Amino acid sequence: MTTTPRLAPEPTHGTARRRAPWVRSLVALLHHKVAVAGLVVLAVLVVCALFGEQLAPYPANAVDISRALQPPSTAHPFGTDDLGRDVMSRVILAASVSLQVSVVSVTIALVVGVLLGLVAGYFGGWPDTVVMRVADVMFAFPVMLLAIAIVAVLGPGLTTAMIAIGVVYVPIFARVTRASVLSVREEPYVRAAVSLGAHPGRVIVRHVLPNVSAPIIVQTSLSLAFAILSEAALSFLGLGVQPPAPSWGRMLFDAKAFLDQAWWMGVFPGLAVFVTVLALNLVGDALRDVLDVRKTVND
Amino acid sequence: MPALSVQDLHVRIKDAQILRGVSWSVEHGQTLGIVGESGSGKSMTVLAATGLVGPPLAQVTGRAVLGAPHSSGRSSGGPDGPASATLPDGGGQDLLTLSPAGRRAVRGRRIGFVFQDPATSLNPILDVERQLTEGLEEHLGMTRRAARGRALELLEMVGIPDPERRLRAYPHELSGGMRQRVMIAIALSCDPDVLIADEATTALDVTIQAQIIDAVRDLQERLGTAVVWISHDLGVVGGLADEVVVLYGGQVVEQADVLTLFAQRSHPYTEGLFASRPRLGSAGGHLTTIPGSPPDPRSLPAGCVFYDRCTLRSDPRCATHRPELVPLAPGHLVRSFCATPVRDAPLDPEETA
Repeated sequence: MTTTPRLAPEPTHGTARRRAPWVRSLVALLHHKVAVAGLVVLAVLVVCALFGEQLAPYPANAVDISRALQPPSTAHPFGTDDLGRDVMSRVILAASVSLQVSVVSVTIALVVGVLLGLVAGYFGGWPDTVVMRVADVMFAFPVMLLAIAIVAVLGPGLTTAMIAIGVVYVPIFARVTRASVLSVREEPYVRAAVSLGAHPGRVIVRHVLPNVSAPIIVQTSLSLAFAILSEAALSFLGLGVQPPAPSWGRMLFDAKAFLDQAWWMGVFPGLAVFVTVLALNLVGDALRDVLDVRKTVND
Repeated sequence: MPALSVQDLHVRIKDAQILRGVSWSVEHGQTLGIVGESGSGKSMTVLAATGLVGPPLAQVTGRAVLGAPHSSGRSSGGPDGPASATLPDGGGQDLLTLSPAGRRAVRGRRIGFVFQDPATSLNPILDVERQLTEGLEEHLGMTRRAARGRALELLEMVGIPDPERRLRAYPHELSGGMRQRVMIAIALSCDPDVLIADEATTALDVTIQAQIIDAVRDLQERLGTAVVWISHDLGVVGGLADEVVVLYGGQVVEQADVLTLFAQRSHPYTEGLFASRPRLGSAGGHLTTIPGSPPDPRSLPAGCVFYDRCTLRSDPRCATHRPELVPLAPGHLVRSFCATPVRDAPLDPEETA
């Protein structure tokens, strides 16, 4: 026993890296080629969504019947539709609507679903039973059918589409979150926090949520892609964005009648949907790689 | 008044009797060692007493009284003196009847915990500072700045070099011994009256184990903390504890101060634990074991719970009656029909190292 109050110090080890975990994840993501490709596409889309008015060569609803159904040319790179509107301008301007719908609806699903999943997973018991059985019932319906039913009740429109898509994705987030919470809840550091006298709310926010965030982030990026598709589908069916506002889904519907005369009316909005969904899926897959604990734990 | 005393604690989980009337107490500045093999109920006594295990999973009865806050010997408090905070009632409180909010106020503030595995007891994605200051902010209402200052002090106190840098480190950047020092710093952060160490050195190698034990002993001397040290390792307990409780089958089978227990151990189970320690100088030989395994808590034998494994079994009541915990000498309790008053078992100096 020493007489000095302080103990013999531990031997020092090599310099500790001081990057926060999220910074490390971001750096890893930027080294992931596929992810960078997806991020570039998404960046272009975001620019289109924010500055569409300035970028689009023509206003969205500049009708000019004399120039109807023109094939792609230098004046109209994507051609014109049956009312003589410029397809490229409408594709650019529709990006804002699509991104808005997918971001808002996924945010709804994320907030509600994660909250329900945390409560169900952490506390168990009857809250768990109620949340998960309701989720099971919702899973029993095909996603689109459920969304259509919600729109049918609330009436078509942009806001309704957001709510409908959001509600449909709530059980997915609830289930993903709950599954991770169930395993994290048993971790010694969670028990240690409880033994320190931490309030359940603090334990959940500080210790559980950050440790279940990886699958939730991945699910978010994949859900954004599905939400874009769902919005296009709802608009295609006339249940989403109402004409004459531009929307990829609505443009595809309009193009259906002219497929044999004007392929460009359908191909370009279709490509926009395809590229957006692909980019989001690529980023989602990359995030799954980057955030995989089993891969990064030893580096 | 003891810092923490557990009285007649019973724990049932479904049809399993995990604890059957366990009592012990620990005074301020003293160390109580709880020993026994896996499944003897060592951890359960502290988990149940502090409400970390309880309804609906387990039925807990008995009392776990936390004594009045200890006032003397507090020299470690930060500049604004977290040690000066006292509870309004000033007397003992039964932890088992407290509300959930009351229990949270006690945990971490008046009772600190150190668990077995420092690798998993720290949150992997929070830096040391966040984890150290959590209790300070929650219990003592410190600001981030004040808590940070105290955190530095704590890291220094538990012997971590370059605490400024360590505050920003993540658990995976620290060695096992260092992580356990951080755990001890967290447990001591709010200047608790009782420190509970549940197999705190079991996951560490022997040299680190010795450092950690020294750290705890040293801090206890300076802070006057009562320590409950749970271990299966009699050597560790012998070097640290003032009083020792031996648990078997959910009951105390022998209890005495450490010197008495080592020199005059009387219960055949305690004797068995002694005989099965690895010792220097007996290389190559097999370790002695206690034949058999602990009783199934769902179907305990009618007689003495140690009957099946006992080497004595000399009393006709052994198979049919359950022995009571009776004093063999003042302060020395034994639960056996066959215990001899004093066994001549000279203390081997190497054994208590």
